[in-house]
Amino acid sequence: MGGTAKPMNTAGSWFDRAWRGLLLGTMTLFVVNIGLIIAAVATSSFARRWLGTWLPDGWTTTWYTEAWREFQLGSILWVTVEVVFAVVLLALLIGVPAAYTLARRDFPGKRLLLLLFLLPLMVPPITYGIPMATVLYKVQLAGTIYGVILANLVPAAPFVILVMTPFIEQIDPNLESAARVFGASTARMFWHVLVPLLAPGILAASLLVLVRTIALFELTFLTAGSDSQTLVVALYYAVFAAGVRAPQSVDAMAMVYMLVTLTWLLIALRFVNPTQLVSRVKEHPQPAT
Amino acid sequence: MTTATPAVARAPFDRALLLVMPAAAFMLLLFIYPFIYGLLLSFNPKNGGALANYTHFFTTDNLWPTIWTTLKLALPATLINVGLALPIAYKMRNKSRYQRWVTTILVVPITLGTVLIAEGMLIYFGPKGWLSQFLQLIHLYTGPIRLTHNFWGVLISLVISGFPFAFLLILSYITGIDPVLARAASTLGADPKAQFRHIYLPLLAPGLAMCFCLAFVQAYSVFPSAVLLGSPAGPTRVISIAAYEAAFEQYDYSLASAIAMIMGFVQLIIVAAVLGLRNLWYRGPVSGGKG
Repeated sequence: MGGTAKPMNTAGSWFDRAWRGLLLGTMTLFVVNIGLIIAAVATSSFARRWLGTWLPDGWTTTWYTEAWREFQLGSILWVTVEVVFAVVLLALLIGVPAAYTLARRDFPGKRLLLLLFLLPLMVPPITYGIPMATVLYKVQLAGTIYGVILANLVPAAPFVILVMTPFIEQIDPNLESAARVFGASTARMFWHVLVPLLAPGILAASLLVLVRTIALFELTFLTAGSDSQTLVVALYYAVFAAGVRAPQSVDAMAMVYMLVTLTWLLIALRFVNPTQLVSRVKEHPQPAT
Repeated sequence: MTTATPAVARAPFDRALLLVMPAAAFMLLLFIYPFIYGLLLSFNPKNGGALANYTHFFTTDNLWPTIWTTLKLALPATLINVGLALPIAYKMRNKSRYQRWVTTILVVPITLGTVLIAEGMLIYFGPKGWLSQFLQLIHLYTGPIRLTHNFWGVLISLVISGFPFAFLLILSYITGIDPVLARAASTLGADPKAQFRHIYLPLLAPGLAMCFCLAFVQAYSVFPSAVLLGSPAGPTRVISIAAYEAAFEQYDYSLASAIAMIMGFVQLIIVAAVLGLRNLWYRGPVSGGKG
């Protein structure tokens, strides 16, 4: 597994080998079992009847059509798309400028502000979700799609700020000064210098917020009404009220959920190297001139 | 940052500060205000004095033990996730053709969602599931497997959903450390173990602390899996279930806010302890910057 090009593993003592074997073993066990868990759900969602045998008696796709009809998956998916894209867009819109100021400027109260942006990520969603839902119900936003968007924005905006700040810190401030020297206004400098340089960071942040928002259960659960449920919440209700429905159609719905998130995550991984989220490696050390 | 002070003093108002305003205003409106509202509401119970909710919480038998139930689940889950992720991420720190591949595989569980994990575990670990059939086939263990509807079910599901996240975060912190530092150390005769102890670990401390906190928040607010995979009336009655029941089953928003506040308070104590521990280890910037 090591795969390092450097001659670091020369002292391959038994301890090192045992350690490497242990890591590899743990990882294999983890991956194999998760693979089987997914396979179990997939098998069940296509199974005609599956009782205590290795494989079901027969195969069918009726559970998918049934789930689609019964749970109104079409409208749920549409609500999910609306919520997720609104959250990503708004989070970028308020998050990126804030990250810029936090990365570049030093001002009184900055630490307090950082704390304000860190807290929503440090406090469990249920803790602030319950008071927030109470407030949103009072102003009659909860139960609507706007309430769901606002609620999901609370962790999303700080997340964008947190991801974007190191990206901005990496950009040489001299580039901005150069743009200034040539007479660019702040807005022009932002669009023509910063945004192109930040594109990878913005892409990374938006894809991460997207995946997180699809998966974020608690806040949507607390604020959603019957016609503003996203896929996770609908799925939870489907299981929770399981008695009425065949478990196989819940499995089918869970597979749809997995495929939706998996698609987006694979897209994300094509554009974002997950190892570069926090900071980037210098792959070629600068020669000492 | 003493060099920046004169510039701030000269210019009475920096217009760049305007850029941070929308985000700050939003957080004040939707995070701080509801929080204060909830805090005040929690001291304004349906009946009884200002502290009635809190005394109710700490004297009711199905409320106060939820704190321990939650911690007993969340702390081991976080330790396992971070403890597993650190050595594996350290192994993967160098760019290789495996890195991207393994990362992709390890990231897949993020997409599963609690419900799929729960359903899958119920089938897979079930009495007639593949695991029990397999164990019977190789005559290793023939008794019933009790890994769902109890503590272990929730713990396993927390590890499945939490590990990839911890792994990704730690990997991105580790790869952010300049490999030149390790190379310099190996020139001076440090083996990988020594490099890890004296270079990576100290530089990783803030990242690890951050990762621990974020992983802990995830595990601590466990809600759906505690209901679906645990026994929500008994050993996995976590604090978020208690808060939810108060709010949406008894419609006592005041009590629910009080439970939410207690929940946040316990959480912040843990986070503060972890961040305090970090300072014992580490002083300095993580990336080594321009040095």
